[in-house]
Amino acid sequence: MSALSTFWSVWVIAIVFGTLIACGLLIQYSSKTQVHSEETDETTGHEYDGIQELDNPLPRWWVIMFWATIVFSVGYIAAYGLANMQGFLKVEVDGKQVPWSQTAQWQNEVEKFDEKVAPLFAEYAATPIPELIKNEEALKTGQRLFASNCSVCHGSGAKGAQGFPNLTDNDWLYGGSPEKIIHAIKNGLNGMMPARGVMPSMTDAQIDQTVQYVRSLSGLKHDAALAAEGTAVFMQACAACHGVDGKGNQMVGAPNLTDDIWLYGGSTKQIDFAIRHGRNGVMPPQGHRFTDEQVHVLAAYVYSLSNKESAQ
Amino acid sequence: MNHDIIEKNLGLMIVLIIVAIAWGGLAEIVPLFWDKNTNEPVEGLKPLNAVQLEGRDIYIREGCAVCHTQMIRPFRAETERYGTYTRSGEHVYEHPFLWGSKRTGPDLARVGGRYSDEWHRAHLYNPRDVVPESIMPSYPWLFENTVDGRVTPKKMTALRTLGVPYTDADIEGAKAAVDGVREIEAVVAYLQQLGTVMKDKQ
Repeated sequence: MSALSTFWSVWVIAIVFGTLIACGLLIQYSSKTQVHSEETDETTGHEYDGIQELDNPLPRWWVIMFWATIVFSVGYIAAYGLANMQGFLKVEVDGKQVPWSQTAQWQNEVEKFDEKVAPLFAEYAATPIPELIKNEEALKTGQRLFASNCSVCHGSGAKGAQGFPNLTDNDWLYGGSPEKIIHAIKNGLNGMMPARGVMPSMTDAQIDQTVQYVRSLSGLKHDAALAAEGTAVFMQACAACHGVDGKGNQMVGAPNLTDDIWLYGGSTKQIDFAIRHGRNGVMPPQGHRFTDEQVHVLAAYVYSLSNKESAQ
Repeated sequence: MNHDIIEKNLGLMIVLIIVAIAWGGLAEIVPLFWDKNTNEPVEGLKPLNAVQLEGRDIYIREGCAVCHTQMIRPFRAETERYGTYTRSGEHVYEHPFLWGSKRTGPDLARVGGRYSDEWHRAHLYNPRDVVPESIMPSYPWLFENTVDGRVTPKKMTALRTLGVPYTDADIEGAKAAVDGVREIEAVVAYLQQLGTVMKDKQ
């Protein structure tokens, strides 16, 4: 932040001190020009609607309070500064004492906090994630990072929502290894299922058949005759990503279609919609929001959600 | 003291009251009109394109600014949650600015790029579909209405007179750019650019 220009700095200072002096003079002047310095029954002569105004001096404590505000403001300016004038208060930033400013105070708070947690994060970062998930404290930190950064899409319990993956079921679209999780957090993910798969010529009848076939893969209620016909369509249009067995491919984020876990729902209608229009779920990259250590702890938390038991 | 002159001349009293009220502004507000910090755009700041601009007007129309601020204050707790604090230079092209003063919902100053477009669509259609505990109203009509591009060039011309650097080409192309765009797309386009000019955490 650069400072105000000299002209405006002088302008501000002149107005503030001018006003302070004027306020002082006004208090002084109005207590002197008063006719009565003691309490009386005399009025100022004002009378409106039968209400008269007594001409009594202001209570002493009240006047003292006026003076006190003026004294306070002078002290306040001395401490915090005014325009380009620096106050005597200092805060430590980058190991140096600098005059107080809003942003210097903020920087000081951030530095102090970072310093406090640095050893902890260094320790966490040095621990491999499969080990780190045994550390309850680290997981609590990870959980808080998750709550403020991830829960809006993935839910506060990480169980997801329609279109936003559940992170607790150990069913991974792009892989659930610590490295994959870290990569996803930092760089984001882009789902890319084209409409009608890789078979733009797919007819409405073929879509119906494919829907039934996909439902059959997860053992859901389906029309066996249609599903049988859908097999061929699936092999041509879908197998490239979802695999000939329908078990998906984590390289491209193609879901496993055989486990009855559905990102967008497994009803006939929803599968039909997905085939007709494609699905392009996006997770925006979040890397710039975190330090590497924070990503490490966050990834440990996410990893722990589906690996907790195996670790203990 | 003789109050009578002031108390019996309403016009004079109004003038003096205005002077009294405006006095602090002489020191607090007037210098900011000429201050470099408040008038110079931060590096890389671009004016909103036509679609984003219409999105912003829908944001205003729906009263989003009543519950959502666009101003991250320089406190650690805020910058941890929302990203680095708001600089005035990020808002020099906004007339009026939408900093707001009340947070019923979270601050949106840096919501751009945080969630996917799909999330925003689901959330605006029915917030509870994605955030079960949300108390935000639903805005389903955004999915039916389309933006009327007839006034967009006029809006941009008006903003240009206020110092927003729109080019003639921007203004000429505005109608074509927004005509037929669904309101939801415009709002999402607006939201997705919020605060992205200063993306990094620190």
